[in-house]
Amino acid sequence: MAQYKLVKCTINGKEVEKMVDVRASLTDMLRNDYRLTSVKKGCEVGECGACNVLIDGECFNSCIYLAVWAEGKNIRTLEGLMSPDGELSDIQQAFIDEAAVQCGFCTPGVIMSAVEILESGRDYTDDELRKLLSGHLCRCTGYENILRAVRKTLDKRLGKIQ
Amino acid sequence: MYDIKALYEAKSVEDAINLRIAHPDAQILAGGSDVLVQIREGKRAGKELISIYMLDEIRGVSLDENGAIRIGSLTSFSHITKNEIIQKYINVLGEAVDMVGSPQIRNIGTIGGNTCNGVTSADSASTLFALDALVELTGKDGKRIIPISDFYIKAGTVDIHPDEIQTAIIIPKEKYIGYHGHYIKYAMREALDITTTGCSVNVKLSEDKKTFLDVRIAYGVAGPIPMRAKTAEEFIKGKAVTKENIKEFSLQVMGDINPRDSWRASKAFRQHLATELAQRAITECITLAGGEI
Repeated sequence: MAQYKLVKCTINGKEVEKMVDVRASLTDMLRNDYRLTSVKKGCEVGECGACNVLIDGECFNSCIYLAVWAEGKNIRTLEGLMSPDGELSDIQQAFIDEAAVQCGFCTPGVIMSAVEILESGRDYTDDELRKLLSGHLCRCTGYENILRAVRKTLDKRLGKIQ
Repeated sequence: MYDIKALYEAKSVEDAINLRIAHPDAQILAGGSDVLVQIREGKRAGKELISIYMLDEIRGVSLDENGAIRIGSLTSFSHITKNEIIQKYINVLGEAVDMVGSPQIRNIGTIGGNTCNGVTSADSASTLFALDALVELTGKDGKRIIPISDFYIKAGTVDIHPDEIQTAIIIPKEKYIGYHGHYIKYAMREALDITTTGCSVNVKLSEDKKTFLDVRIAYGVAGPIPMRAKTAEEFIKGKAVTKENIKEFSLQVMGDINPRDSWRASKAFRQHLATELAQRAITECITLAGGEI
C-alpha cells in the first residue's frame, strides 16, 4: 500500500511543498518532483557523491536520505548556484577554466561540496581540501584539476590571488 | 524508491518507544547510512522502519553536573568532531569519527547508529571501549545505563530491549580527566573504506611522566566485536615509560585478541597490525601527555 506524506521545505531559496511517497529518497524527490536533474543517480549507496546536495549548509548524499526528512530543511542543489540572468558562479566557471569536467556526471556533486568548503570562509591546505573532497568518485579527471579549481576559487575569495 | 513496507516517524523518544512496542518487527532507522544501504542490497528489504532521525532531543554534546560528557545518540560524526567539549576533553573520539567513510557520510552517520549496528569495524566503537563509555537506553520503564562492553553481545547483536532505543553515550569524568588518547585506523584507502584493524589507546602518566598510571587499549576488527586487551593493560600498569615495556605491551596484546581471516585481510596480517598499532598509538599518547620516549 502506497504511503504518502506532505513534505514542506525550501529548495534553492523557494518554499515548496509536495505529497511525497515515503519510500522516496531525497534524490528521487528532487529529480522526479522538482526536475532538479543536476542531482545524479550514481551508486545509490552513498559512496560516489554524484547525488550530493547541501542541507542546512552541510553536504549530504541525497540517495541515502529519505525525502520525508527534508521537512523544514533548506536544500540547495547546483541549479541554485546560477544567477537569474544565467551567469555561472565563480566555482562553476573555475571548473570549466581548469578543465575539471570531462563527462560531467560527478561535477554537480563535487561543486556542492566545494560550495560548503568555500562558504566556511576559512582557508585550507591542499591536504585538507583533498580530505573534504574525498566523498566523490570521478572516473575522468584524475581529481587534480578538480582540486585546482577549488583551490583557485578559494584563493580568489580569500583575496590571495586576483 | 526504497523497498520499505511501512515507515513510522517517531515524534519524540516516548513516541519511538511506543512505536517499538506496536511494531516489534520494525527496524530502527537513525541516519540510515547502513540501514538504507542494506535495503538497497536487499538484505533488509520489505521491512517496516521506525525513523528516529528527526528527534533533535537526542542530538548534541553536553557536560552534565558531574562532568560526564553526554553525546546524544543521533549526534552526527562531523558534529562530534567539531564540538568544543569533545575537542577539549576527548579529542581522540573526534579524530576517530573523522575517519568514517567520507565527509557526506560523516554528516549523516550517527554515533548511536554506529554502535547499535554491533559491527566490530565501527570507528567510534574501539575508542568508546578505550574510554570505558556508558550506553544509555530508554524504554517503557525508564532509563538503563550499561557499560559499552556489556552493550555488545556478539557480531551484529547489541543489548537493546524490544521497547528501547539508545538515547546517549556517556563518558564519565574519571575516565577522561588526566588521560590522553590516540586512535589509528588502518585501512586500504585514505577515504571511504572500512577499517582493516583499528586501535585506540588512552594513557594516564604519573606527574613526572615516567610511569604508566593507567592504560586502556581497545581494538576494532581484532575479534567479532570491539574489544579491550586487558592482559596487555595489566602488564603495563605501574611500569616505567620505556621502549622495552612498550614493545612487551604490544606483544601481550596477542593474548587478548582473536582476529580472523577475511577477504579484507588475513588473520596473520591483523595480528601484525594489532601489535604495530599498539606501539604506535601508545607512543603518540605518551607524546600527547607530555612524556618522552
